[in-house]
Amino acid sequence: MTAIVQAVSLSKQVLSGELPLTILHEVSFTVLAGESLAILGASGSGKSTLLGLLAGLDEPSSGTVRLRGEDLFVLNEDGRARLRGALSGFVFQSFQLLPALSALENVMLPLELQGVADARARATESLSQVGLSSRAHHLPKHLSGGEQQRVALARAFVVRPKILFADEPTGNLDAATGAQIVDLMFELNRSQGTTLILVTHDESLAGRCARQLRLFAGRVV
Amino acid sequence: MKLLRLSLNLMRRDWQSGEWRVLLLALVLAVGSLSTVGLFADRVREGLVQQATSLLGADLRITSTRPFSPSYRETARAKGVRVVQSREFPSMVSHREQVLLADILAVEAGYPLRGKIVADDGLGGAESKRLLPSPLKGRGGDHEDQSLSPLPGTVWVDDRLMRRLGLHPGDELGVGARRLRVAARIVRDIDQSVGFASFAPRVLMNELDLAATGLLQEGSRMSYRLMFAGDAGAVVALRAALEPVMTGNEKLEDVTDARPEIRTALERAEHFLGLAALTTAILAGVAILLAARRYVARHLDGCAVMRCLGAQQGQVLRLFLYQFLLAGGLSVLAGLLSGYVTQAMLVSLIMPDSTLPQPSIWPMVKAAVSGFALLAGFAYLPLLQLRRVSPLRVLRRELGAPEASVWLIYGLAGLVISGLFLWQAGSLKLGLFVLAGLLVGLPVFGALAWLLLKLLARHASFFTSHWRHALNNMVRHGRSVAVQVVALSLGGMALLVLTLVRGDLLDSWQGKLPADAPNRFVVNIQPDQRVAVLDFFKHQSVPAPELLPMIKGRLVAINGRPVSGEHYPEPRARALVEREFNLSYADKMPVWNELVQGKWWGGKQDSGFRNQDSANSGQLSVEEGIARTLGIHLGDTLSYDVAGSRFSARITSLRKVHWDSMRVNFFVIGTPHLLQDFPASYLASFYLPPDKLRSGDELALNFPNLLLIDTGAVIAQVRAIIGQITQAVSAVFLYTLLCGVVVLYAALLATRDERMQEAAILRTLGAEGAYLRRLYLAEFAVLGAISGLFSAASASLLGWVLARHVLEIPYRSNGLVWLLGVAGGLALVMLAGWLNTRRLAEISPMRILRGE
Repeated sequence: MTAIVQAVSLSKQVLSGELPLTILHEVSFTVLAGESLAILGASGSGKSTLLGLLAGLDEPSSGTVRLRGEDLFVLNEDGRARLRGALSGFVFQSFQLLPALSALENVMLPLELQGVADARARATESLSQVGLSSRAHHLPKHLSGGEQQRVALARAFVVRPKILFADEPTGNLDAATGAQIVDLMFELNRSQGTTLILVTHDESLAGRCARQLRLFAGRVV
Repeated sequence: MKLLRLSLNLMRRDWQSGEWRVLLLALVLAVGSLSTVGLFADRVREGLVQQATSLLGADLRITSTRPFSPSYRETARAKGVRVVQSREFPSMVSHREQVLLADILAVEAGYPLRGKIVADDGLGGAESKRLLPSPLKGRGGDHEDQSLSPLPGTVWVDDRLMRRLGLHPGDELGVGARRLRVAARIVRDIDQSVGFASFAPRVLMNELDLAATGLLQEGSRMSYRLMFAGDAGAVVALRAALEPVMTGNEKLEDVTDARPEIRTALERAEHFLGLAALTTAILAGVAILLAARRYVARHLDGCAVMRCLGAQQGQVLRLFLYQFLLAGGLSVLAGLLSGYVTQAMLVSLIMPDSTLPQPSIWPMVKAAVSGFALLAGFAYLPLLQLRRVSPLRVLRRELGAPEASVWLIYGLAGLVISGLFLWQAGSLKLGLFVLAGLLVGLPVFGALAWLLLKLLARHASFFTSHWRHALNNMVRHGRSVAVQVVALSLGGMALLVLTLVRGDLLDSWQGKLPADAPNRFVVNIQPDQRVAVLDFFKHQSVPAPELLPMIKGRLVAINGRPVSGEHYPEPRARALVEREFNLSYADKMPVWNELVQGKWWGGKQDSGFRNQDSANSGQLSVEEGIARTLGIHLGDTLSYDVAGSRFSARITSLRKVHWDSMRVNFFVIGTPHLLQDFPASYLASFYLPPDKLRSGDELALNFPNLLLIDTGAVIAQVRAIIGQITQAVSAVFLYTLLCGVVVLYAALLATRDERMQEAAILRTLGAEGAYLRRLYLAEFAVLGAISGLFSAASASLLGWVLARHVLEIPYRSNGLVWLLGVAGGLALVMLAGWLNTRRLAEISPMRILRGE
């Protein structure tokens, strides 16, 4: 199997007042295509920062990330956006659906941004895969938390991503709903052969991934 | 295409949100008020041009003391321009035993080409209409609305002639060797309506009778006029063809020589109206800015998600630009429609009898472009922020909006506003004033508001708990409160200017032309008649006017270089150089003039000593407009030829002349030392009350050489313009008022989301509804009071600018502005705030926290 994500000596420092604060320190690892990786750590350990860097949402202070061998930080912001659109899907703790768009329109959004012709048909299919066909025209505020996260999953998988980045996907859900969402996510992951990079502080959820990476105070332990 | 559809979809879903309402309403009002003013001014201006052509009786007129070359008529006919000729000369006319010197105007059929001579049967009654010859009787129905000229064998005469000779309609009048029947009484003549009635009464006759009168031999005093009218393009072409072949004593006039008094009044009116409309535009800009800021804040998350899903910066920007362009286009259209309707209503309401021409398309184009400029200036930069949202915001919500440079945002907005001022008000000075005012004033207001709040919060322990809480809350949100204060101050300023300052200003403007403003000019008083003329005034109990000397001189050189008309391609400049200047001299500058450059002679010098020498040397003071036309400057030396002798003197001051003062004004005034030895005649302006009109006739009888000019018609017209504009201003300010309300709404909307969150948290923590209501009222009270104070300050400042630089009247401050500003601000903001937040204390906190 080939390496799809490579983190090379990733460091991130920010200024806290006048003092530099190291959030991530020299983090290096490789994820192979189709693999699933859980990034574990307590609050403030730097796991969300690491996810942001891996997805190219933020820039490191030093080091780099390669997605399918392409150096993310050689590209400008628009270049990274293009690469994200082509390779990745996202699921967030707070769902991040556009409140003005219906469930279906939210799922169509990444396809429309890429100018895909049959966006509506693909989005409808994706929604039915997560069992929400009947709620297609509801606005997010009229859906439950679990339903919203399922819309988010449909949106993430509709572009057939090579990599799925998930940030505490069950963090805002009760245990039972969370378990359903996780099952659905792993199932979609398996059926599409997607690489999964998951940030969580939930040991049992992390246990469902093939590999775990533990962070403590910005370092891999 | 997909992006456009997505964009429209987003907009449709967002339609309910307050920002779109604010944005659309603000833009509709701004474009509405700009187009109202533009269309209205355009129609009034066009109407005046039409009126001016009717005063001239033609589009173009050549005057001469000699017959014209027949080629002039041929040239005109070849260009499809109509021509008539008139001849004017003084001659004695007789009725029974009496004779009188009259001013005879013999006209060809078709005279006048533009406008009309109003004539009636001289008895004032409809019954006697049958006395009129048939062509006069038949047209139009109303006996005062006829426009033909006399038929052969008849004359039309003015009221003075009828009175003095005891003439009645149908009587015969001896003109030279012929007897002509009096067919009508002239109520308003072409030239008289301009205000220039010669001292002698007018007799209008048909040119075909002229030969039979035998008066043609008196050709030496004959004044010939060739009048032209036709399509604008043909007239311009004719002018170009005639100018090179005209002889020295032929003078060409067109509507650009219309009365400067009326032009000045109209220009001021346009400035004032323009400012009113631009105040609306500023307010609209503020509302748009507030709405755009809230819009951006609400869409940051969505943009971050889209960026995360692979949207490029350009795509994000286009997504939102489409929405703004569509909304902009719709509101500009609605604004234009409302502007068109308003001006049509305005015209039919305040000028019901007028037949103003339809407006041109340009004011609409101008208003539409201004509308889009406002949208671009106030909404584009905030929108750019959306483009630059970091996708990381999806993980870390605490990342705020990307900081667009505040200076850039306000700088661009200020630039757009001053550009609009420059373009719409046509004044660089005013544009810069406004730019400086906005760039300095607004940040200062914001900073002052913040400081004031800090000060109050520091001493918050003096207040009860909800007041303390309110003050601390406001300090915590210092920046958005400062923005609110600035926005509300601008809204309040517009309201105060509308209610108080406007009335004061318009009263002062109308007061500038008092009821006893001079309505007669008397010209050609000889030096030895001065005492007798002043005595005459005394005997007639008419206040004696000041007699001003007038010397005729021809400008022959500037800075020693000879000048002639050929040096000036511009017709007005050429005419000025080719004809004789009316020069005058005076010790003191006329009070209705204003010094704009240099120093008046005899004034105080820097050393503080009165320099009498300066008045004893040769100096000139020139009107700034003519200086500009002729390209002369302070310090230049002008040489004049007066009756064969020459003098030269330096220009030591430039003056602004208030043409609408209705007083005697001179382009060039010299020191007495320089001019008092040249032959001069004297002239004066005075007010002749309606019950003393006979005194005017007496003056003319006692001093036959004097020329008495009636300016009453011009004054009436200036008064009418001021009156009509006053009403138009009220209508335009209605837009400003509405826009002020929109700003108030936008300012409250700007913090509504934050307030809702806070209310939910406070209620969760146990705050009662009543406490929340008191807390909000306290916040709004502070906000209203500070904004009211600033409103009063800026309204006074704007009033001063309007008075000093637009209407050119002294500014009187009005204490009521301050009282009403603070009290009104307090009441209005508290009321609006209460309406805006009263439900927050009642909604379940859970609904708010869940974002329902």
